[in-house]
Amino acid sequence: MPERIRVKVLFFASYSDLAGRESAEVIVGSPATAGDVVRQARAMFPGAERIPERPMVALNQTHSKLAAQVADGDELALLPPMAGG
Amino acid sequence: MAFLVRRPVDERALIQRVAAPDRGGIACFLGTVRNHQANREVRRLSYSAYEPMAEAECRRLLDEAAARWPVAMALEHRLGDLAIGDVAVAVVAAAAHREPAFEACRYVMDQLKHRVPIWKREHFADGTVAWVDPTGTHAPNPPAEVARG
Repeated sequence: MPERIRVKVLFFASYSDLAGRESAEVIVGSPATAGDVVRQARAMFPGAERIPERPMVALNQTHSKLAAQVADGDELALLPPMAGG
Repeated sequence: MAFLVRRPVDERALIQRVAAPDRGGIACFLGTVRNHQANREVRRLSYSAYEPMAEAECRRLLDEAAARWPVAMALEHRLGDLAIGDVAVAVVAAAAHREPAFEACRYVMDQLKHRVPIWKREHFADGTVAWVDPTGTHAPNPPAEVARG
């Protein structure tokens, strides 16, 4: 029986508008990458499919590649293009 | 020390924080709210952030600059609703001489725009609101955005 991984996904700015929420719990089978979590999150909510397939992400508050492995309890943030300053 | 603030940026306080008798050059960049974007009149901006990561990323930027140049630095970015002319961000770099101060100030400001998870919405004079996308690539604003004031 494959292990299941729970990841807290955060949506910000325009992605929050598209998904209609600021966070969600996504459950994926192990092993999984950040990209796998993104794929699942985009399919979970009406409108979320308009989030780009390959958005910028941060894993546990650090910029990350979509190929990075996720672990149970991780926090994955989907980051629209940043616009500080 | 928090880098994100919800009150006016106090650039004088930042300058005082890094000023020292052996630092003869202080560079200060202020980013302020502009009244137009692509020929459209902007009334105000609202800034939001992934706050814990933005704080951590600002810390990393200043550490990187301190490793590259002999500088002391301070940084503040304001969140919430800002009016035209308000200071959104201040970056201050102090060094013995001006060159490292200019270079470190520019490095931190340029990196901040790419790496620190902060977003802003433009409120236009015609009542529309839009997320700012410097890359021009993200998903369009959902239709509900246009109707809002």
